[in-house]
Amino acid sequence: MSDSTQEINQIINQEYKQGFVTVLETDTFAPGLNEVVIQQLSAIKNEPDFMLAYRLQAFRHWQSLTPPTWAQVTIEPIDYQAISYYSAPKRKEDGPKSLAEIDPEVLAAYKKLGIPLDEQERLAGIAIDAVFDSVSVATTFKDKLKEVGVIFCPISEALRDYPELIKTYLGSVVPHTDNFFAALNAAVFTDGSFVYIPKGVRCPMELSTYFRINAANTGQFERTLIIADEGSQVSYLEGCTAPMRDENQLHAAVVELIALRDATIKYSTVQNWYPGDKQGKGGIYNFVTKRAECRGDNSKVSWTQVETGSAITWKYPSCVLLGNNSVGEFYSVAVTNNYQQADTGTKMIHIGKNTRSTIVSKGISAGHAQNTYRGLVKVLKSAENARNYTQCDSLLVGDQCGAHTFPYLEVKQPSAQIEHEATTAKIGEDQLFFCQQRGLSAEDAVSMIVNGFCKEVFKELPMEFAVEAQALLGLSLEGSVG
Amino acid sequence: MLSIKNLTVNINDKAILNGINLEINAGEIHAIMGPNGSGKSTLSHVLSGKPGYQITGGTIHYKGKNLVDMAPEIRAREGVFLAFQYPVEIPGVSNVYLLKAALNAVRKHQGLDEVDAMDFLSLVKAKIKTLDMDERFLYRAVNEGFSGGEKKRNEILQMAILEPALCILDETDSGLDIDALKIVAEGINALRSPERAFIMVTHYQRLLDYIKPDYVHVLAHGQIVKSGGADLALALEKEGYGWLEEGQVSA
Repeated sequence: MSDSTQEINQIINQEYKQGFVTVLETDTFAPGLNEVVIQQLSAIKNEPDFMLAYRLQAFRHWQSLTPPTWAQVTIEPIDYQAISYYSAPKRKEDGPKSLAEIDPEVLAAYKKLGIPLDEQERLAGIAIDAVFDSVSVATTFKDKLKEVGVIFCPISEALRDYPELIKTYLGSVVPHTDNFFAALNAAVFTDGSFVYIPKGVRCPMELSTYFRINAANTGQFERTLIIADEGSQVSYLEGCTAPMRDENQLHAAVVELIALRDATIKYSTVQNWYPGDKQGKGGIYNFVTKRAECRGDNSKVSWTQVETGSAITWKYPSCVLLGNNSVGEFYSVAVTNNYQQADTGTKMIHIGKNTRSTIVSKGISAGHAQNTYRGLVKVLKSAENARNYTQCDSLLVGDQCGAHTFPYLEVKQPSAQIEHEATTAKIGEDQLFFCQQRGLSAEDAVSMIVNGFCKEVFKELPMEFAVEAQALLGLSLEGSVG
Repeated sequence: MLSIKNLTVNINDKAILNGINLEINAGEIHAIMGPNGSGKSTLSHVLSGKPGYQITGGTIHYKGKNLVDMAPEIRAREGVFLAFQYPVEIPGVSNVYLLKAALNAVRKHQGLDEVDAMDFLSLVKAKIKTLDMDERFLYRAVNEGFSGGEKKRNEILQMAILEPALCILDETDSGLDIDALKIVAEGINALRSPERAFIMVTHYQRLLDYIKPDYVHVLAHGQIVKSGGADLALALEKEGYGWLEEGQVSA
């Protein structure tokens, strides 16, 4: 092993910085999953009856399913009876009315993560919903947003306060029958964000949700629903972290986006769940179903994701392009190191006329990691003049890792134009030495090379998050050339 | 400035350099010539700290410091510059970004303030003119899609910006047509100074038509077998390297 390889391995083996545990009094369900647990869950959240019925229907369906095996990942069997399906910091009877009532330990945890929830320290221009294990602990700028008609609240609150919107839209993009994990989520989801942007409103600030898993032996079942009514615009971003533990923990989320006529949704993710240790022990299983429907003409949905964490990522943020002239975009950076596995990509389903989609995927693999791009571009007969451009690039760091690309194409409309480009490159010792010979340290050199590789995706992120994403990439990878 | 004594170097346990001795003073230009496989490139790699070489004996001192103990980036910041025979491509990283990062790494090491974007741009724009390069080069990804000549000019641009004390040019003339060779040579000549030394590693004499060396060393079988003035290069051009194989060596 050469000097630079050793140096690189040292840098690669940096600690996961969000791996701390917050000690709290919690309300936690005993492990196990059955209809009684679901009834308790629905009761503790004071849900309307229709929700319980929905959950039970999903649960019964889930019991008839088996976990999917088609992804390019190796998963130890998950014992769904060993997981606790609800954990929340203990709180007063009605839940905290203001920040002053939130457990100071929870506030401190968010502060440590660089996400201050205190009024005066908040980032101006970004409203935050903070989800801690199974509950939303705080949502900032709620009132200010309400002035322009924007609803931004925990989904558990929306179930009670906006049942009509929930009934209309929840499960309308990702039905509970969609797949194994979506069915499980529909049965046991706990919290997440709800966003409604009324007609013609351009949301005056970035909306964001910060997901934190803290409790051990629990699963986090996030449910997020974003509706952009006609002519509206919104930019939403989410961040995710978890403590370091030897056991795998499950994060099975469902995110649904609905863009009506002339509406635009931009959805960005910076995912940094605990990836497991150097031997591949522990880490989050990130099994997520994210889908958007461009229902109206001229609507647009853009997914941008930076995936650096999780032991296993199984995630395909997709766009169903129903409306004529609607646009779907997917920009992704997926980084895997050590024994991480990622099988991620997108689906672009062209149904309306003149629909367009763009896919830019950058996979970076280091250590013993496996990184797979899986993408479907489907053009139905109705989608005249549909266009897709796909670009898939893989970067290998070292010689123990793997990169795989599975593009699927189904085109039933002869006027469609589909382009696909794919490349695989390796960070060579030559590139690294070249940068060092110009005076850059190995860490700076790798970070510069990788950031160069990801540039097309980073430029799609909101400014503050682009900086965070670059720093994160540095932490996950720095110096991993071999 | 540079003092190499009895340097022996292996690659994968095979001896490549077998006792190199070389003294280089500030202001001098030394040409290292020799046939393929004589160890020319190994010498430039070892001086700049490329991994993969085992130094089995001897010493290298640069400005009185032990060069062998320094990491490659420290050598660079101390003023050792290697112009690569095959400059690498770095997609997505603009030339100007690399140049600025490199310059600031060097300046920081020397206890100088980092240059800001505006000052840097005016500096780099002045330098780029002397190398007859288009300003658009600055915003293209490092060496990506550059022709052979453009890559070599880019190396010289980096050298001009970083202003190193010891410049090692590894086969800088390879892959250049005559016009590009002239431009590169002019760029190098412009950097000549009493404070700066050059080591030019080359197979052919033609680069030396444009950059006149003070000393020429002939490397064969990992040793300097003959040293002389600029005339030696001309003699080599005429006679080739064949005489080295026939044992007529008089070092």
